[in-house]
Amino acid sequence: MSHDITHDEASHGHDHDHKPKGFVKRWLMTTNHKDIGTLYLIFAFAMFILGGAMAMIIRLELFQPGLQFVEPDFFNQMTTMHALIMVFGAVMPAFVGLANWMIPLMIGAPDMALPRMNNWSFWILPFAFTLLASTLFMEGGAPAGGWTMYPPLVLQGGHNVAYLVFAVHLMGISSIMGAINVIATIMNMRAPNVGYLNMPLFVWTWLITAFLLIAVMPVLAGAVTMLLTDRYFDTSFFNAAGGGDPVLFQHIFWFFGHPEVYIMILPAFGVVSEIIPTFARKPLFGYVSMVYATAAIAFLSFIVWAHHMFSVGMPLGGELYFMYATMMIAVPTGVKIFNWVATMWRGSMTFETPMLFSLAFVILFTIGGFSGVMMALAPVDLQYHDTYFIVAHFHYVLVTGAVFGIIAGVYYWIPKWSGHMYNERLGKIHFWWSTISVNVLFFPQHFLGLAGMPRRIPDYSTQFAEFNMWSSIGGFAFGLAQVFFIYVVWKTVRGGEKATAQVWDGAKGLEWTVPSPAPHHTFEEFGPVDLDKMAHGKDH
Amino acid sequence: MKKAQMKFMMLITGLLASSMSLAEYGLNLRKGVTEFSETAYGMHTFTLWICIVIGIVVFGAMIYSIFAHRKSKGFKPDTFTHSTTAEVIWTIIPILILVVIAIPATKALIQMENPMDDDGKRMSMDMTIKVTGYQWKWKYDYMEEGISILSTLAKESNVARQKGSGIDPNTVENYLLDVDNPLVIPANTNIRFLLTADDVIHAWWVPDFGWKRDAIPGYINEGWTNVKTPGTYRGQCAELCGKDHGFMPIVVEVLSKADYANWVAEQKGVQQEEAEMVQTEWSKEQLMAKGEEVYNTQCATCHLPTGAGMPPAFPALAGSEFVNGPAEAQIDLVLNGKPGTAMQAFGKLLSETDIAAAITYTRNSFGNTAGDVVQPAQVKSMKQ
Repeated sequence: MSHDITHDEASHGHDHDHKPKGFVKRWLMTTNHKDIGTLYLIFAFAMFILGGAMAMIIRLELFQPGLQFVEPDFFNQMTTMHALIMVFGAVMPAFVGLANWMIPLMIGAPDMALPRMNNWSFWILPFAFTLLASTLFMEGGAPAGGWTMYPPLVLQGGHNVAYLVFAVHLMGISSIMGAINVIATIMNMRAPNVGYLNMPLFVWTWLITAFLLIAVMPVLAGAVTMLLTDRYFDTSFFNAAGGGDPVLFQHIFWFFGHPEVYIMILPAFGVVSEIIPTFARKPLFGYVSMVYATAAIAFLSFIVWAHHMFSVGMPLGGELYFMYATMMIAVPTGVKIFNWVATMWRGSMTFETPMLFSLAFVILFTIGGFSGVMMALAPVDLQYHDTYFIVAHFHYVLVTGAVFGIIAGVYYWIPKWSGHMYNERLGKIHFWWSTISVNVLFFPQHFLGLAGMPRRIPDYSTQFAEFNMWSSIGGFAFGLAQVFFIYVVWKTVRGGEKATAQVWDGAKGLEWTVPSPAPHHTFEEFGPVDLDKMAHGKDH
Repeated sequence: MKKAQMKFMMLITGLLASSMSLAEYGLNLRKGVTEFSETAYGMHTFTLWICIVIGIVVFGAMIYSIFAHRKSKGFKPDTFTHSTTAEVIWTIIPILILVVIAIPATKALIQMENPMDDDGKRMSMDMTIKVTGYQWKWKYDYMEEGISILSTLAKESNVARQKGSGIDPNTVENYLLDVDNPLVIPANTNIRFLLTADDVIHAWWVPDFGWKRDAIPGYINEGWTNVKTPGTYRGQCAELCGKDHGFMPIVVEVLSKADYANWVAEQKGVQQEEAEMVQTEWSKEQLMAKGEEVYNTQCATCHLPTGAGMPPAFPALAGSEFVNGPAEAQIDLVLNGKPGTAMQAFGKLLSETDIAAAITYTRNSFGNTAGDVVQPAQVKSMKQ
């Protein structure tokens, strides 16, 4: 392979960046995957802070029994908006941001396959969330029927229904375009000698996630469109009095909703599958089985949706089927966790901040997985369902799962993005502060749920007071830790120790062959890359 | 190294021991008072222990590796990358564990959905209670006895839970878990529950019975229970149903069969009295006094005690053209409700007397000047 060219050679001679001048040209009209990735990440972080502020209001009201700060209806608006903003505004765009930045760098592509659409899919988002957030200032307030938007309740919401529906449509369009772009890029833009089974696991998990997105976002769009016509055009899709079926919505919603939760976790699996081998200085264990496990999880995600609905009164056969299918998810998920542990085993580990967040991810996501298996059991789920037990479960998989995965990814790749090392001491402070507080926040919620506290209530019986207070204290501390994270990131972007191209001594992958910060254009010339630089380039 | 391992094991054992002793302080699932709730509790505990054991093995290996296989100790990385044997083992073992869990779960679920007697015949139900969820109260209809009960949050809790009430919830007995009229059922009786709702979806849940089931408009769902021990059992609505979702508790009083028979007789007497009350002519003072009481339990949640409402969702009654207009229109609205809103068809919920009193009260309060009185008989005639 004498014609192999590493990037260093390829970019030699035109190292000068071609960044467009001026704010509008550089950011508003950008078609550069790195700039769009940055925009996605900044937007996601802004939404994370907004959704987090709402969580703080929720935890403030729940600090002690009695209503002290907000009225029940506003409380419901906060729980609804918190979820919508975190799911669609923070976690999903953050992963798209990581995909934009890293996928072309990881497969040796000069950019995303469809750069103009890339610009569009990002710039839809601020409009979508402006629409959604504007309902807070309307007469009657924001949507308050829960992020699941179950009719008939959501239809009582006044005109925020229209804003909610159109905002969801826009988010869906953005996600679908982002997903198309990811698929087109991975399928068409790999360097000529990079095969599917040479791709880093982050690329693999994103490829599978993108298919999930394309499959289910239109389903959500259909569901909310039916809500819209039920509300404004006298249809009765979900109105029992008109011959419709309120449970139909739940089936459609969760047919979207269950793949959606894997959309939020699969890319995080990808991130930690990059990080753990780097800091264990040992290749990812069972690469191929990891790919198969991811695909298996994605497939299963389509056929388990009604486990969100064990209490709606399905026939016995349906309940048994959904129980068995759901339990099966534990198998490929277990394979992934065992593979991560086997990757660490007999490695030579160091514990920089990305590794710390990844290790916490493995343990805490697994705890969320355990409660998931417990809830798969339909007869016991009749107790767990709609209590704080499920609140604890999905915050373990989404906060200490998805969000920890994103944070780990940011620490891992920020030297590549900014050209500076973050301050390791501050990173470690952020890690321990977050990890301790997030457990104080969510672990007691298991006990609350088991003791009988329903979710989505603004006030509670006095027997639940102590654990709610613990949970709130943990919540405030965790919120503050993320404000501290802004400072750490800001400090890194502004300056700090210069990062080398390799950044981490144990890191493998094409992204580490380009200089830090990554120049505005990389891999400009189409040609084979040095497979030895890739983690799974030669031997998987 | 050995020391660190010892410390870790001691920590884990300590945690397990403390979690067991703390179970009595509301850390674990409630065992409940029915066969089904005990089954659910057993399954929960069984699965939890399996998870704990798996957790100890997986996290133990991971934590051991974290301490042993670190660069700072000069550990050189191994180079192995995969093992088909290992993958097969850790695919098969979880499947086996899941099968072990699934067998009792299947049995429990069948017993919930298609209950069987000890001799394998379909279990017969001794009585049926229809549960209807409303924003934000429960209605219980005893299908055989013809008794109906409307169950709303108890007054003390309702006053204390208002924002800025200044009342410490700790001073209220059974804060938010108390109602004005509890559901009364006999012990050691197979009771079928039929669940539905009249506006949005609710869920009926008494943790000590071991299950919850959604009450959905247009659906009739089924559940059953047989409570062994007389006592008072409390639960809450478990499906978000609007602003006062947190304030529609469920209280079930389980009586011995003899006490229950007495209670039924008493209820029938009360119904007789109410039927007679409809026929009598009420004075304005009587109607206003009763109306204020009914208004504050049934109407004030949305229209507020001052009649100011919370527009646009809940219109104001004070100064309302509608309330100051013809009484017939108002009676019609209260009887039949307004579909798609929280305004229920109260004709199905309240007695004619209560409706007449509440309407009279709204027409002559909050500065409203309709001046007229609505008699129970008039409401009754419009109901037919």
